[in-house]
Amino acid sequence: MTVTLAPPPLPRVDSPTAVNVSGVTKRFPSGLVALDGIDLSVNAGEFVCLVGASGCGKSTLLNLIAGLDSPTTGSVTVAGRATLLFQEAALLPWLTAAGNVELALRLRGVGKAERRSRAAELLDLVHLGGMGGRRPHELSGGMRQRVALARALAQEADVLLMDEPFGALDAMTRDLLHDELERVWNDTGRTIIFVTHNVREAARLGDRIVLLTSRPGRVAETFDVNIERPRRIEAPDVSGLAGHVTAALRKEVARHGR
Amino acid sequence: MAVDAKELRTEIAGLDALEENVTAKRPFAQKLWSRVWPKLAALAIVVFLWQLVVWSHWRPDFVLPGPKAVGSTLLDQVKTGTFWEAVARTMKRAVGAYAAAAVIGGVTGALIATVKPMRTAFGALITGLQTMPSIAWFPLAVLLFKLSESAIAFVVVMGAAPAIANGLISGVDHVPPLLVRAGRVLGAKRLTLFRHVILPAALPSVLGGLKQAWAFAWRSLMAAELLAPSLGRSIGADLQFARDLNDAKGLFASMVVLLVIGLLVDGLFGAADHALRRRWGLVDPAT
Repeated sequence: MTVTLAPPPLPRVDSPTAVNVSGVTKRFPSGLVALDGIDLSVNAGEFVCLVGASGCGKSTLLNLIAGLDSPTTGSVTVAGRATLLFQEAALLPWLTAAGNVELALRLRGVGKAERRSRAAELLDLVHLGGMGGRRPHELSGGMRQRVALARALAQEADVLLMDEPFGALDAMTRDLLHDELERVWNDTGRTIIFVTHNVREAARLGDRIVLLTSRPGRVAETFDVNIERPRRIEAPDVSGLAGHVTAALRKEVARHGR
Repeated sequence: MAVDAKELRTEIAGLDALEENVTAKRPFAQKLWSRVWPKLAALAIVVFLWQLVVWSHWRPDFVLPGPKAVGSTLLDQVKTGTFWEAVARTMKRAVGAYAAAAVIGGVTGALIATVKPMRTAFGALITGLQTMPSIAWFPLAVLLFKLSESAIAFVVVMGAAPAIANGLISGVDHVPPLLVRAGRVLGAKRLTLFRHVILPAALPSVLGGLKQAWAFAWRSLMAAELLAPSLGRSIGADLQFARDLNDAKGLFASMVVLLVIGLLVDGLFGAADHALRRRWGLVDPAT
């Protein structure tokens, strides 16, 4: 791999904390309390997975960290910038794959000549070299997600927030994208906060799994994933941890059935 | 490295290759023919029906001439300079006023679509204006500009601009919220968001508005030309003169010219619409 990514501007030695969420409560105008007193600290370069059942406010939390919304009380601080990837790739359908990546560069003020070569590099990084001229509808779901990943990397944000990015993909594609994401994370040293419903996915990818309760969302439990990488989703220790987390999750879900 | 990078690259390339949609494209000539022959057939049917009515002697020949007589009149006309002068004047008026309507309607539409108080204040008014028959503006136009080119342009602009504004407004209203969020995440602010996300996303609806506006402009222009034939030879003036001189063949010939221009412009909009939909992946590649 000849691609090099500029190191994130974040001075890691001075501030190892990339994201700090403290005492965050989010109440919507409807009265719904989505998040209640969330404390979460993520170190620079860490891969944290947030899991929880429906209604745990995972997406709300990502929106707050991304700066798309502001908390009712409490504070969110991000060292540097954060960007968000959605479950749907959310590519602009009138632009080519390269055009989508280039738009991210353009909005950052990157010059025209540099945009082209940079976009090609980033597409190559996600194994889409030569596909830059395709439009989103000419790409499969997995390919679109990789373009979205390249576009997010183009922003050179310090923190990648991923909102169930592989939820709509088939198992085989998802499996390969786990390897792919882990590799990109290794190569670029970004901080990743990854939201998923899929506990195994969390155990496969994360350094840490944070389990959230539902309605309102609170941090229920945190699991450190001390499994050596490279991991396989079907490996016994990944399954073992996933079972452990699932048990806790089911207990939390059952609480709402009573 | 977590996984053997080379192997991963091969696996992903394999998966991508399997996901590839293999569709054979039909040759261009075949595609063109499949689009042209139904139109030719329709034309033949219409001409035949017209001839049937003529044969029935429902009206005498000098009031309702047959396709053949009208055809030869048209052929004679096409050879004259005055015919092309008339077509040129009409097209110049149409294109000029349409362009002005596009600018006025576009700017007004953009303001109403994006500025909330403007929406509340003028949104309903624009819709109301669109339902107003534009020829109703003609008396006012004559009061304001006398019987002049400006009066004709005024009527055409009043007919076309609201349709353009409405196309833009409804396009902006129907932009998928996900794309707007994606744009904001990419760092687009108000103006850049409009320029790079909202406007392109609204393009199909804008194109629909432009197409509708052309129809309104064309109708308004004909009405205005019929009412102001003294401003020089034009297709509308020719129609009026043909009526005054009881020249049924000339009248029919002018109407055929109007129809042909209408079809050509419609074809342009159709091609633009098709190109847009193909770009967005809304066209089945097999067809």
